[in-house]
Amino acid sequence: MSEAVNQHTEVSYLEYKGRFKGLFAWIFSTDHKRIGLLYLYSMLVLFSVAALLGLAMKIELIAPGKTIMDAQTYNSFFTLHGITMIFLIVVPGLPAVFGNFFLPIMIGAKDVAFPKLNLLSWWIYIIGAFIALSAQFIGDGPPDTGWTFYAPYSFRTGTNMLPAVTGAFVLGFSSIATGINFIVTIHRMRAPGMTWMKMPLFPWALYGTSWIQVLATPIVGVTLLMIVLERTMQIGFFDPALGGDPILYQHLFWIYSHPAVYIMILPAMGVISEIIPTFARKTIFGYKAIVVSTLAIAFVGYFVWGHHMFTSGMSGTALYTFSILTFFVAIPSAIKIFNWVATLHKASIDIQTPFLWALCFLFVFMVGGLSGMVLGALSTNVHLHDTAFVVAHFHFIVFGGTGYAFFGAIHYWYPKMFGKMYDKSWANIGLAIFFTGFNILYLPMFYLGMTGMPRRYYDYVDEFHGPNIVSSLGALLMISGLIIIITNLVRSAKHGEPAVADPWKGKTLEWTVASPPSLENFEEIPTVTKHPYGYE
Amino acid sequence: MNDHQVHIDEHRDDEGAKTGMWIFIFTELLLFGGLFIAYSVYRYLNPLAFHLAAEELDTTLGTINTVILLVSSMTIAMSISAIQYKNKKLTLILMGVTLLLALAFMVNKYFEWSGKISHGIYPGSMTLQEASRGELLFFGLYYAMTGLHALHIVIGMAFIGYVMHLVVKNEVQHDNFVILENSGLYWHLVDLIWIFLFPLFYLIT
Amino acid sequence: MEKDQHTHIVKYKTYVYVLIALLFMTFVSVAVTEIDLGPYTVTMALLLASIKSVLVLLIFMHLKFDKKFYGIMVASVFLLLACVIVITFMDYLYR
Repeated sequence: MSEAVNQHTEVSYLEYKGRFKGLFAWIFSTDHKRIGLLYLYSMLVLFSVAALLGLAMKIELIAPGKTIMDAQTYNSFFTLHGITMIFLIVVPGLPAVFGNFFLPIMIGAKDVAFPKLNLLSWWIYIIGAFIALSAQFIGDGPPDTGWTFYAPYSFRTGTNMLPAVTGAFVLGFSSIATGINFIVTIHRMRAPGMTWMKMPLFPWALYGTSWIQVLATPIVGVTLLMIVLERTMQIGFFDPALGGDPILYQHLFWIYSHPAVYIMILPAMGVISEIIPTFARKTIFGYKAIVVSTLAIAFVGYFVWGHHMFTSGMSGTALYTFSILTFFVAIPSAIKIFNWVATLHKASIDIQTPFLWALCFLFVFMVGGLSGMVLGALSTNVHLHDTAFVVAHFHFIVFGGTGYAFFGAIHYWYPKMFGKMYDKSWANIGLAIFFTGFNILYLPMFYLGMTGMPRRYYDYVDEFHGPNIVSSLGALLMISGLIIIITNLVRSAKHGEPAVADPWKGKTLEWTVASPPSLENFEEIPTVTKHPYGYE
Repeated sequence: MNDHQVHIDEHRDDEGAKTGMWIFIFTELLLFGGLFIAYSVYRYLNPLAFHLAAEELDTTLGTINTVILLVSSMTIAMSISAIQYKNKKLTLILMGVTLLLALAFMVNKYFEWSGKISHGIYPGSMTLQEASRGELLFFGLYYAMTGLHALHIVIGMAFIGYVMHLVVKNEVQHDNFVILENSGLYWHLVDLIWIFLFPLFYLIT
Repeated sequence: MEKDQHTHIVKYKTYVYVLIALLFMTFVSVAVTEIDLGPYTVTMALLLASIKSVLVLLIFMHLKFDKKFYGIMVASVFLLLACVIVITFMDYLYR
């Protein structure tokens, strides 16, 4: 290892000239930082498309009846919005972008354990994205099942299901490859002296996430494969006409897709656990409790999938079991919230954009989490199942959780990734508009759901008109906020002020290297002696 | 051995490679795990039909294939000892035997499947349309699970073949054989799955 | 001790003994099928399959000679799968 250091040229990874030039220097690079950015750019494009689809749906819902699209188009829009957001952005999002970029640096390594596999996972991601999105343009029309592909509709519908399902299957491999890579990296490549209990919390969160990716994704893989076989070869699995049990599909699907929710939220919690101590200038409160609760969420999260199926006709015993287990999983999440809040207690807080994102995260995550309690209870769930309430809860948790953490992370690590600082006042203005729009958009949906508006309908009765107008206007406001945020970030990559190595006075290893980091991150692999958040 | 030019994407970590392989094996186990869940649910719901359908399967052929896979698992395990004893020739022979046994397994499987198909038992066939729903599920699972397993046999054969090529080129040696170990692990996984598939499909009588 | 583990060479003999044991159990499980054990047929078949897989894991896949951490991982994965199956059956057993 040490020979490599002999002739360091200290050129940043952005300027490094390798074997290839131009675009090829990126799409064939095995550098974890470049791969992280490749993911970031791909997701930025996909996210913009999916967000606009969401906006189109809200505009459709601004008035009862047909406003801008018919029912079938609406069905395909929420399906595509779901597939893109879930499989292409939220599930891979934080690990693939920030995990790839910062995991090796934060544990003091030069790269991940298998750099070529890492590049391959990005290629599989792109291929999977193309297959999934091709469903929109070829065959008998875009899929209309929603992102869950519920049986038996998913093999009875005349629309073009195969590419969508195959795409999701292929994307699973990308997720697994990243998971394997991260687990081995964390096990084998921590810098000397960095014991497990001296590892920062974002790598810890990625560790828990990676295990879920590795152990849950194959189940959905094989389930989607079964759908493909059922559609193409009439092998009976889930079709009642062929003897199958459609509820088993729901079981198998949620055995993956519920843990997938923790694939989404654990890294988000990891990001928040990095941002809060940095700006509080204080050691995180209860480091061990956060680590243990991360692992507990990863583990218990496996056994709660049935709470998506409370009205499916499961046995009573299963209902009680899943409901109780669901309440258990709330405990470690709450522990984390208390730890973050306790960290802020009596801290000398430096209020900066990433910190504001973290604060907003705490708020929306609490709203999302507490509305989750309402849905986890059996009696209320029956009333609220498949209503707009679920949509509101889901967006508070997934968009509010992972999305806010993603934007928090990008504002936190932006100077490190690009070597430039963004315009802070525009970033704050964008956040304010976005946050206001977000709440105006989703809060009325709780009310709509409670009063009985079902989800996934392009039309509604007149009683729901008022709150829907508010919600749709909120969507417009939120999208304007997003445009400000993204424009500011894109513009600053070129015109921003050069960033120093440690703009936020952070203590984790990534702040000890240059901004942007050199090709091999460290001139010399550091030896770690201190706790990651050593402010005292 | 040769002067290692340490480059960013070339660092050798045998233990890490093995850890990675094991984790990949876990994903494979859970891939089949999903099918095993489906199998156990449908068997629980249709005990009699599964019983009847299983009688259609040839226990002798199944047993022969089990023996073949167990022996091949032993030979690939032995090849790792052989490379550690620096016996390149024996390593190659043992790997070759593994490949031949794998081929024999596939030939056997071919005859088994074509036998079934000639009896009109295949997904979507008329015979199965008239059979009970439970039998339909049994044969659906049978084709899906043994088919996926056969696919893994083919992948395993390709993997072992590739490693043989590396052994011939002396790129796998007594002090650098982790890829041989990993191909062995993969092959044992295939064996491990068959150990459960065999009683679950052939021995319900 | 750690270095020792990687260079551990398993004797050919060991593998042969394991194979004999595996084959023996295979024939036993086939033979047992002929006898009607009622509901215990499945239990017997799965028990033998489990013993066989443990042998394969320990000896062929070197878990016995590797670091303990691999064994723990494998056991946890099987435990996880078992838990998932049990919880799924919470539905089917009581429906």
